[in-house]
Amino acid sequence: MILELFLSFCVLSGGFFAFIAGLGILRLPDVLIRMHATTKAGTLASGLIMLAVAAGFADAPTVARAIAIVVFLLITAPVGAHMIGRAAFRSGVPLWGPTTVDPDAKAKLGVRDD
Amino acid sequence: MSVFLLNLLLAVAWAALTGQFTLGGLGIGFVVGFVALWVIQPLFGEPGNYFVRVWRWLKLLVLFHYELVVSSVSVAWDVLTPRHRARPGIICIPLKAKGEAEVLLVTNLISLTPGTLSLDVTEDCNTLVIHAMFADDPEKIAANIENGMERWVREALE
Repeated sequence: MILELFLSFCVLSGGFFAFIAGLGILRLPDVLIRMHATTKAGTLASGLIMLAVAAGFADAPTVARAIAIVVFLLITAPVGAHMIGRAAFRSGVPLWGPTTVDPDAKAKLGVRDD
Repeated sequence: MSVFLLNLLLAVAWAALTGQFTLGGLGIGFVVGFVALWVIQPLFGEPGNYFVRVWRWLKLLVLFHYELVVSSVSVAWDVLTPRHRARPGIICIPLKAKGEAEVLLVTNLISLTPGTLSLDVTEDCNTLVIHAMFADDPEKIAANIENGMERWVREALE
C-alpha cells in the first residue's frame, strides 16, 4: 500500500515535471531561459520515473539499468544544454528584452561581434 | 585509496559469505564494511582521510538532489504563472576549480541548480560565463556558487 502510494507519487510528479519542461519550451521567452526549464525539470522528471521503475521492479538488472540511465542523464543533459546555450550565445541569438549582458563576456571568451 | 579497495573487498566477502551476489547484497556488504573500517580507523595510523571523503561525496549528493528539486519547483512556478518574474542576465564568474574533471562537474552541477545555467568556459578554465535567472546582483551569485557547489566539489574531489 505504502509502496504503491510512493510509486504513484513518483510517476505522477515525474509526469508533471516532464509536462512542465515541455510547456516551458512553449511559454518561456528566449532560448537560454527555455534551457533552464528543459534541463532542470526534465532531469528531475526522468529521475523520478526511474526511481519508481527501480522501486517497483526491485530486481538487480532493472535497478542497475535505472541507475545507469539516471547517471548518464545527469552527465548528458547539462552538457547538451550547455552546448545549445553556448552556440546561441556565440552566434548572437536575440535575447529577451530585460536580459542584461556582461559587456566583458564575449571579450573574455575571444568571440568577435560581427 | 587502499582503504576504498579494502572496503570493496569486504563488500565482496560479505556477498560471498551470505550467498547473495546481488546488487543489494553487495550494497549491504559495502555499508557493513564501511562501518567496520570506521571502527578500526585508529589502526591505519593516519587520520581517516577516506571517511572524510565519503562524507563529502554524500554531502555533495544530498545537497545536489535538494537543489535540483528546488530549482525544478521554481522553474515550474515560472512556467505555470502568467507573468515572468525573471530578470535574466549573462554574467562572468571567476572559477577556482582546477583540472578538467572538476570544471566539468562544477559546470554540470551549476546547470542543474536553481537559477543558473553554464554557457561557456574560457580557454584557460579561469572564467565561467553563466546565464542567471535573477541577475540583479552578479557578485552575490558568484559568491553563492563559490561557497556552495564549487567548494563542495573541490572538497569531494581533491
